Amino acid sequence: MGKRVGLEVSLAVAEAVKLANVDVVSAYPITPQTHIVEELSIYVANGELDAEFIPVESEHSAMSAALGAATAGARVYTATASQGLALMHEILFIVSGMRMPLVMTVANRALSAPISIWNDHGDIMAERDIGWVQIFAENGQEALDLTLCAFKIAEDKRVLLPMIVNIDGFTLSHVIEPVIIPDHAEVDAFLPPYTPVLRLDTENPVTFGPVGVPEMYTEARKQLEQAIIGSKPVVEEVLDGFGAAFDRHYKLVEQNGKPGAKTRFVTMGSLGETCMTAVDELVAEGQDAGQTRIRLWRPFPEEEFLAACAGAERLVVIDRALSPGAVCGPVASELKSLFYGRPDAPEIVNLVAGLGGRDVTVREFKEMFAMAVSGKLSGNYTMWGVESHAS
Amino acid sequence: MSKQAIMAWEDLALGAAILKPGNAKELRTGDWRSMKPKLDEEKCIKCALCAMYCPEFCISVNAEGFYHPDFYFCKGCGVCANECPKEAITMVKEGE
Amino acid sequence: MLRDVDLSGYEKITAKNIPWEKFITSGHRACQGCAEVLAMGMVMKAAGPETIVCNATGCMEIITSPFPQSAWSVPWLHVAFENVAAVASGVESANRALERKGKLKKRPKVIAFAGDGGTADIGMQALSGALERGHDFVYVCLDNEAYMNTGIQRSSSTPYGAMTTTSPPGRKSIGQHTWKKNMAMIAAAHEIPYVATASPAYHLDLMNKVRKALTVEGPAYLHIFATCPTGWRSDPAKSVELCRLAVQSKVFPLYEVVGGRYIITQKVKKPKPVTEYFKLQRRFRHLTPDSVEYIQKRVEEEYARLEAFEKATAPLEEVSEPSTES
Repeated sequence: MGKRVGLEVSLAVAEAVKLANVDVVSAYPITPQTHIVEELSIYVANGELDAEFIPVESEHSAMSAALGAATAGARVYTATASQGLALMHEILFIVSGMRMPLVMTVANRALSAPISIWNDHGDIMAERDIGWVQIFAENGQEALDLTLCAFKIAEDKRVLLPMIVNIDGFTLSHVIEPVIIPDHAEVDAFLPPYTPVLRLDTENPVTFGPVGVPEMYTEARKQLEQAIIGSKPVVEEVLDGFGAAFDRHYKLVEQNGKPGAKTRFVTMGSLGETCMTAVDELVAEGQDAGQTRIRLWRPFPEEEFLAACAGAERLVVIDRALSPGAVCGPVASELKSLFYGRPDAPEIVNLVAGLGGRDVTVREFKEMFAMAVSGKLSGNYTMWGVESHAS
Repeated sequence: MSKQAIMAWEDLALGAAILKPGNAKELRTGDWRSMKPKLDEEKCIKCALCAMYCPEFCISVNAEGFYHPDFYFCKGCGVCANECPKEAITMVKEGE
Repeated sequence: MLRDVDLSGYEKITAKNIPWEKFITSGHRACQGCAEVLAMGMVMKAAGPETIVCNATGCMEIITSPFPQSAWSVPWLHVAFENVAAVASGVESANRALERKGKLKKRPKVIAFAGDGGTADIGMQALSGALERGHDFVYVCLDNEAYMNTGIQRSSSTPYGAMTTTSPPGRKSIGQHTWKKNMAMIAAAHEIPYVATASPAYHLDLMNKVRKALTVEGPAYLHIFATCPTGWRSDPAKSVELCRLAVQSKVFPLYEVVGGRYIITQKVKKPKPVTEYFKLQRRFRHLTPDSVEYIQKRVEEEYARLEAFEKATAPLEEVSEPSTES
């Protein structure tokens, strides 16, 4: 039943990729992702992983080579962060449009300028519309487990879409955590070998990536839309199946704190764990506090989120990214759209916090709670913790 | 709502791939033509250079060994006439 | 670095055994007299059916794949403009892994096609990376000397003096004011086993270079000259003639670089003046006699330099291998 070890989370992700028996890894170094692909290149060099490791000359080529390899019928993995993800931007749309189920880890990191190697979600929030299934891990075990699940979800014949597993840069990627690494046999039983539906095959020649004329482009986008909408039940099914096989259980949306709490934090990623501690303390202090954690970001789990927030009168939404000039942060924007016109719509208090590696502590979450409850966080959003002459 | 689409989205192959190899041969490009090549079989030495240099890949050999274009595709560019070492091909106006 | 290249598997094409089977069908939508699609068709005839094609964005992608028709009867993949060498790297690596793991019977050949813009400008980085990493594939640059697909804008492969829509001649400009980037030599500087230039007017030479490029283990680069009647403002009927004149005037010399050794494959003994090549194209019509004289001189110098490379990299006189017995 696997083994429990203390392991840097990046290496735990690499273990998952090795257990998935990938055929091709195509990657370019970028902090804080690099430890993952360094480890994979070691596995390949040692013969522990029978795969081709393509040390490409840029992230743009990392994604391009990954797509080429996937189209040739291989199980493919890559990882990136921040500027690297931004450089891939163009190709990300093509991968999903061509329905190639490769898996990528994004070790979330802020975008320049000024250059920052530290964590926030600015990189992935700029990639909301790429048509990939996108999920967020909160801890090391989850990073490993969701990576395994990602291959199974992406390659499911009902999905056939690429998938990103987000792990917070440094906060997760570089932290040593106790992690259970499953056995190869257990993983093989959970994750079947990949059999592509269409591939570059000289016996059955297919034209991939033709010119999308106006008479079919809309229909091609409809196909993609239906695929990503249809992926939600598959994500749920795979996570449930993983739970049954490994006894570690993951839902699309999680909740904690006081059941039915009127004021609930909404978090995504590793801040959720800090927030959880704050919520536990608040509840212990007699406060009406709860928390909803979004795990699946794309497709957005609407029903699950609404159910997890039933009875809430106020959501304190933490956005770890700034959408400059927008009405509010990206997550809050999503939630306002979701609640618009609903009679049970809660007040949405939005905080943009934790940018570029800025810590958000338990005490700060409790401060946010107090301010939100007393109506001191009005306006569309508040940039939390900004040092200013005005404050 | 005007109907502009070629097909329903459900009928598109995965990722909008094209599954019929070489089905561009359905396309009639011969109607681009204003001039057409005419072969003088007396002069032709059956060297096949016209076929080699045809950018439409539409010139093939017949039972007698002569090379003729498929006018379903021939765009009338005139490369064959220009390259013929024996000047056996002349370009004439379409319809003449 | 000079090295021996194993060409033992090379099957030569002669006038007697020309492969005629085509893998790009008629019904493609190239302009009349397009020498680029002609060259690509010749490459495919020489390559045969066991080939996967990766195609950069550009004329050749557009004219062969508007949905729902494809002119391709081999597996074909288009991703984007600047990355075809990276895409081909992925395909080649996947095939290698799948063959090793018993999931693929035989590794097919991989050819990447791109235009001059997709190669010498936006695709240069991906190409350099793929050549340096040593993937076993053939990269073919189809050079029509400008961005024709977007409407004849200059590239770094546009020749000196040429008129394009972004290098217009005017009171203060001659037109393109830089010399054509030497992509074949840039490729050769990666010290890959095989590099060659080719012209569809010399079809046997071209197809044999394809065969050699496919024979060598590792990356090969072919730089193929291709008239664009639309962009060069030339008579479509003269397309192949222009491909020949460019060689005969030394404007586009045909050569190979095999394991670092330069070999001129079409020696130009009685060169034609560049004016013979220029006069069939309106893109050079504005050039003054002074400019033409400058170009003529530089073309000759470049050719002389190529001859010097050939001499400098030629194998030394045959020497018998020293005996290993003592």
